[in-house]
Amino acid sequence: MSKLTFARAINAGLRKSLENDPKVVLMGEDIGALGGVFRVTDGLQKDFGKHRVVDTPLAESAIIGTAVGLAYRGYRPVCEIQFDGFIYPAFDQIVSQVAKMHYRTQGRVKMPITIRVPFGGGIGSPEHHSESPEAYFTHTSGLRVISVSNPQDAYTMIQQAIASDDPVLYFEPKRRYHDKGEVDETADLSTALSMEKSRVVSPGSDVTLVTYGPLVKTASDVAMAASDEGISVEVIDLRSLAPIDFPAVEASVRKTGRLVITHEAAQSGGLGAEIAASITERCFNYLESAPVRITGFDIPYPYSKLEMHHLPDLDRILDGVDRALGRGNSLSGLEG
Amino acid sequence: MRSTVLTDKAGQDAYKAPNPGISAENPRRTGGNLVQLISPEGERISHPEFDLWVSDVTDEQLCSLYEDMTVIRRIDSEATALQRQGELALWPPLLGQEASQIGSGRALRDDDFVFPSYRDNGVAYCRGVEPTDLVRAWRGNASSGWDPYRHNIATQQIIIGSQSLHATGYAMGIQHDGADSVAVAFFGDGATSEGDVNEAMVFAASFQVPVVFICQNNHWAISEPVRIQSHIQIADRASGFGIPSMRVDGNDVLAVLAVTRIALDRARKGGGPTFIEAVTYRMGPHTTADDPTRYRDANELEDWAAKDPIARLKALLRTKGLLTEEVEARTQAKADEVARNLRAGVINMPDPAPLDLFNHVYSTPNSWIERQKDHYSRYLESFSGSTQEGAL
Repeated sequence: MSKLTFARAINAGLRKSLENDPKVVLMGEDIGALGGVFRVTDGLQKDFGKHRVVDTPLAESAIIGTAVGLAYRGYRPVCEIQFDGFIYPAFDQIVSQVAKMHYRTQGRVKMPITIRVPFGGGIGSPEHHSESPEAYFTHTSGLRVISVSNPQDAYTMIQQAIASDDPVLYFEPKRRYHDKGEVDETADLSTALSMEKSRVVSPGSDVTLVTYGPLVKTASDVAMAASDEGISVEVIDLRSLAPIDFPAVEASVRKTGRLVITHEAAQSGGLGAEIAASITERCFNYLESAPVRITGFDIPYPYSKLEMHHLPDLDRILDGVDRALGRGNSLSGLEG
Repeated sequence: MRSTVLTDKAGQDAYKAPNPGISAENPRRTGGNLVQLISPEGERISHPEFDLWVSDVTDEQLCSLYEDMTVIRRIDSEATALQRQGELALWPPLLGQEASQIGSGRALRDDDFVFPSYRDNGVAYCRGVEPTDLVRAWRGNASSGWDPYRHNIATQQIIIGSQSLHATGYAMGIQHDGADSVAVAFFGDGATSEGDVNEAMVFAASFQVPVVFICQNNHWAISEPVRIQSHIQIADRASGFGIPSMRVDGNDVLAVLAVTRIALDRARKGGGPTFIEAVTYRMGPHTTADDPTRYRDANELEDWAAKDPIARLKALLRTKGLLTEEVEARTQAKADEVARNLRAGVINMPDPAPLDLFNHVYSTPNSWIERQKDHYSRYLESFSGSTQEGAL
């Protein structure tokens, strides 16, 4: 075991994939000599060469589009989109080409492409640098979408994503890049938890709190704070956003009867809506109260002085837990 | 894969023609003029530089080019007829573009890899795709009809220009592998306005990868004339990216063969990308759903009919005494046979099964898809005990 930052853990996972498979190629803007704007690819070009760690021209559609061509030729490209808000020029290549090529070719052409996306807010950035675009991609069949919340998962799941024969969007919570954690670099991928599976971060019996990525740490803090008031919160880190591990969420809700979902992304049409709807369909009779969503607002990501009002934090989520439990909360007395 | 008798033989004894000087330093050797080796009247025009690149083409091979163009025109008209008869949902005719597609398609080696648009069925034919597989997607039986790895041609692309990036990425892979294959992107004049084509040229030039961009300027992007796409000749755009380009008479199969060989040769020798503008004309509608009489002049069509790619090769063959009754009969018989087989293949094509809907969305099991497939299968089964006729 070694203690690594989140960013170093991804770096170590990328290194391992580059070592294990000569077909793995990294592509992106500033990922070479600079090591990426967040230094996630630090040192990799030096060790693996410019043909395997490719500094590309500044064209996101081309980064993904050429990755499609490389995948056609049997490569496993790992593309870095520098910031969440820069992914949109590549949207067509991702949803029309990467996601659908396997279906369009009756399974003859595989697209083992990993797209790394630093996402989410909380770092005081200018516009287009703090977005949470995951729902655009979870709504697109053919893609697998995962989000990691801790250095160990970051290390393991980047390797699982690269090894996957399906395309994977890998969302990295950029505000957690400097968090440190224990990472077992000898972990065996073949016995690691499947990247489709969620994980119970802290067990509980009164409320199920579902989240992913940057808010997993916040949710754990919520569970601790709630326990001081005698409330037992079960925190689930989804890890996979498409597909979502609904059987695990359902099992938890059958036990607790209450569901709170939190994410940074806007509420309407977001993952919280999907989770609330699916869980209601699956185990309506076990629900003691309506599912609660604590999310970013339906606004463009705000200027940074106000971002802490936009991002769900400990208190807002606790307020949501109170609502799920029918305790006094900020919306008490409001109808509907 | 079909025999590629007209593959360039760079590095082999039979083929020692030097590169005529198209290079990054001297990118547009053709000076904006069309490269033309056969006039619209079927006269062989001598062109010392380009003649070198087709000097090995035998009389027999000229006849086979004539056969290929005749057969693909017949496939095209049969597919149009099948659409009119309700057997195909839609068809994008290539009428008029036979020389552009056969001349370039026949220049390729088996190990080259093509990234075509939806209209490049002549190129797919050159790659050995069965005619029935060309129309499979247009009948609605599948999203694409052939195995890309069997024929080294990607699935047809409908998103305009998207495939130019795939070809460039594939060429990055060729370069990485140290191979001397070439990736070839086919697209039209409309595609040159798309960001993806421009980004592809940026990447191709930056990495100097073995890719050839073949733009068939057929003058129309559905109803939009080429002048809306470009203020200058399309071939001239390439030099802004540092990519050499050639402008060729796209209705002259020999000229297209020559320039494609030049571009492939450059790519194989590490010379990087080349852009070819093949100037041709879409004689038919954009697709069978289109009505060109709403937006273009009948006189224009007449002008281009006089430059027909098959008629001019036929005239050349006649002048050379090659168009014997036997050759003509054999060619027509082949076209008839292919058309008959195409028709039979389409009409007898089995419909896909309802649950095929869910196949191949992912290459590994996916819990969401499996659940929906299970539920829909139960729904379908719920009709099996029904006494109502035609419940499905």
